[in-house]
Amino acid sequence: MTLGTWRDLVYLLAAIGFILALKGLSSPRHARRGNLLGAAAALVAIGFTFSDPALRSSSRNLVLAVVAMVVGTAIAVPAARKVKMTAMPQMVAIFNGVGGGAAALVAMTVFLIDVPGKPAVYRIGEVIFGVLVGCMSLAGSAIAFAKLQELMTGRPITYPAQQVINALVGLAILGLALATLVTGSTPLLVVMAVLSLVLGVIFVLPIGGADVPVLISLLNSFTGLAVAASGFTLNSNLLIIAGTLVGASGMLLTRMMSKAMGRSLPNILFSAFGSVVTAAGGADGSGADARPVKAGTPEDVGVLLAYATKVAIVPGYGLAVAQAQHTARELADALAERGVEVYYAIHPVAGRMPGHMNVLLAEANVPYDQLKEMDDANPEMSTTDVALVVGANDTVNPAANNTPGSPIYGMPIVHADQAHQVIFLKRSMRPGFAGIDNELLYDPKTTMLFGDAKDTLTKLLAAVGSA
Amino acid sequence: MSTGIVAFLTVFVLAIFVGNEVVSKVPSILHTPLMSGSNAIHGIVLVGTMLVLGNAHGTAQVTLGFFAVLLASLNVVGGFVVTDRMLDMFKAKPAERTAKDGGKGGGSTGGKGGGSTGTPEDGGTPGTGAAS
Repeated sequence: MTLGTWRDLVYLLAAIGFILALKGLSSPRHARRGNLLGAAAALVAIGFTFSDPALRSSSRNLVLAVVAMVVGTAIAVPAARKVKMTAMPQMVAIFNGVGGGAAALVAMTVFLIDVPGKPAVYRIGEVIFGVLVGCMSLAGSAIAFAKLQELMTGRPITYPAQQVINALVGLAILGLALATLVTGSTPLLVVMAVLSLVLGVIFVLPIGGADVPVLISLLNSFTGLAVAASGFTLNSNLLIIAGTLVGASGMLLTRMMSKAMGRSLPNILFSAFGSVVTAAGGADGSGADARPVKAGTPEDVGVLLAYATKVAIVPGYGLAVAQAQHTARELADALAERGVEVYYAIHPVAGRMPGHMNVLLAEANVPYDQLKEMDDANPEMSTTDVALVVGANDTVNPAANNTPGSPIYGMPIVHADQAHQVIFLKRSMRPGFAGIDNELLYDPKTTMLFGDAKDTLTKLLAAVGSA
Repeated sequence: MSTGIVAFLTVFVLAIFVGNEVVSKVPSILHTPLMSGSNAIHGIVLVGTMLVLGNAHGTAQVTLGFFAVLLASLNVVGGFVVTDRMLDMFKAKPAERTAKDGGKGGGSTGGKGGGSTGTPEDGGTPGTGAAS
């Protein structure tokens, strides 16, 4: 067998590795092994690629490839290891974006290499698809990163005639794509690439911060498709399989995520276009903030908790930002020692992405049996004495059930409102990520504890200790 | 030539079905790691970028190819390391916790030990291999 055949066989093994990796990642028991298997498959495939004759024939390009990989690794490893667990979603967005960028560059370069040879129309088509989707994914991920990192507002950004403008950009890209297809002109392709970047940006702008994780999943799937397109361009089954796997599974995952939020995907992607009015209505609601709220002291609440029978901790992103998951666990431990039954009620999209909160609490070594998914926690709420809402807001907002005009209407929520007493640990009265007011804050059975979640929890811990 | 593209289309279509099949049932706690893990998998575009750089001639092509390799290695290395860190937290049942809980999860202590020794390595391996 020739070296090329061996290489193809290794690529086949790598493809199998990726399939098994994805399969492993979808079950809690095998997730980690799945990821390691995927990494091993990638490593072997990359290693064998060095035997490619074209790469070996040009020692300069070989050196450049190694340099690029060393630099990439030197940046990626520290970034990935040091990033805070709370900033994980942005990190995934960035890694996804650069992947899309790489796929677009592959398509571009292949085009430059092929152009003198008058490539077949379908070959140009593959290039165009790769450039379009890769660029959209790159630019969209960059904006998603900026939104989550709070470099820009997390609110949906809307402007007049948004749909018309987006449609025009889309049409312009389509026109340029057709023109490139016919003429094989490099400048046209470059203009199309730039417009694709623009489309990626304007596609993401109107999507609200709370929905960005679903968007990242969608962009992840896009990058997968762009990589599959590179596979067609380079006649590589490995890239076609890996890219398509991610494209197809990412699409399904995106649908599952939006389902967990009680929304449909089109609703998440396009709802802001028509909802300028609703957003304005929400702003009016927060204008009427003169309504009284009950603010308590940690000492009072500490006593309340210490003598409760059953306490639910409802964590949200605020807990993560304050890095309070460890203090929350200490409080839960202290309560449990006093014989109080404690459980965590986890909303599927608590934190910033589905499953994010479970990751954070696992980091703080919260025992599994105390973690209750929303559907298991809700039936217990009516027999719960105190619901301690730590830095969550939208995920306990009753408006999702009873205000049909609300942007979050239809989203399943943790029914903290059914507990006998509700304690909110919150920095201020400011609305949550979705930017809407929460009736529960004004409920007579609600007590507010203002301040940083970690400080307040520490004080609560002390109060419980001395109660 | 056209039989070539049909063969690739066949692979493509079958991969769509496989992709849908393998993630058909994912508990919501694994949505984030799965997204991150599949993000790492499409980082295999690195193989494609290497082939392209290998065939590149002239400044424009070589520059584009170089950056393609750079971006793709960020994707593949960062993707797997981030995912591993996430999953590490699901597994983690440190000894102090186990001791406090009195025997609970005693079996997982060994697993954790093996897991954490693995971590630095799998972070480095894609890079080490790439550099060799």
